Amino acid sequence: MSTATEAHSHDDHADHGHDDHAHDGHAHGDHHGPSDKQFVGVALLLAAVTAAEVAISYVDIGPLFLPLLLGMMAFKFIVVVLWFMHLKFDSKWFNMAFWSGLILAITVYVAAITTFEFWVK
Amino acid sequence: MSDVAVHAPADHGHDDHGGGHGHYTSLGLSNNKLAMWLFLGSECLLFGGLISTYMLYRGRVASGPSPDQVYDIPFTSASSFVLLMSSLTMVLAVTAAKRREDRNTKLWLTVTALLGALFVGGQVYEFTAFYREGMGFTTSLFTSSFYTLTGFHGVHVTVGIMMLMALRGIMSRNRVVGDKAEVVELVGLYWHFVDIIWIIIFTLVYLIPA
Repeated sequence: MSTATEAHSHDDHADHGHDDHAHDGHAHGDHHGPSDKQFVGVALLLAAVTAAEVAISYVDIGPLFLPLLLGMMAFKFIVVVLWFMHLKFDSKWFNMAFWSGLILAITVYVAAITTFEFWVK
Repeated sequence: MSDVAVHAPADHGHDDHGGGHGHYTSLGLSNNKLAMWLFLGSECLLFGGLISTYMLYRGRVASGPSPDQVYDIPFTSASSFVLLMSSLTMVLAVTAAKRREDRNTKLWLTVTALLGALFVGGQVYEFTAFYREGMGFTTSLFTSSFYTLTGFHGVHVTVGIMMLMALRGIMSRNRVVGDKAEVVELVGLYWHFVDIIWIIIFTLVYLIPA
């Protein structure tokens, strides 16, 4: 039946990257992203990392302090974007729209604060 | 007869509440969602500028208080936890919307808005405490850049709360135009974005000493 086939056309012709069914899973009463339990698990992980961040800001761990703190910050950022914002399961075009903006921002402002000799202060 | 061309969006069943479906690009992507992602990408530049400015000026305290003297890390950590948990409740609202559970969707949207309001309330309390300690907006370059950065973020959270409550009201009146799950998801994307910006602010502004 061509009607049934065409009813799915906007998904079928979509270039959804690595997850063709992602944005439309709810159309059929189910969705293929993570379950609520998985989201709770991710939130608990993020809370634990936040607690670790606060904890290490109170103890002297020497030169590891800055890279560790920045690493945990980046980890939390990426987990929220990929899981809570669903980018891990979504179209590569949405990924490009967001990551290109972020990378542009990082590049521009790292260059800008470099001109102010920020790093040698 | 069987070859009646029914275009996809109208037939997907998740548009129970009138208003037609959102438009899709030639890539098969939702225009609204693509626009939201592009908007969030551009917001990175706005907050990047504010964060960089703060990083440059955080040591310029003049005669005013320094960051180490005024920051209350336990209090801000609790605020950060509240905002992080609001991201969880938001994502639960989105999954409930995808399952077409309107009651749960409205519940989680309300909880998210309340957690957001708690965060903003904490920020107002923090600003008030800082002001009483002699940290005015124009006291030093540090205070100006701090209030501008965290204030802009607070405004974004406040706008997010208004979006959440507006969406809840619209859902209660059954007046959501287009794909309800996608509308909830779009508001969710904005909400998670203010959370990820706070993740950066919390670390760079509060935890890393000047």
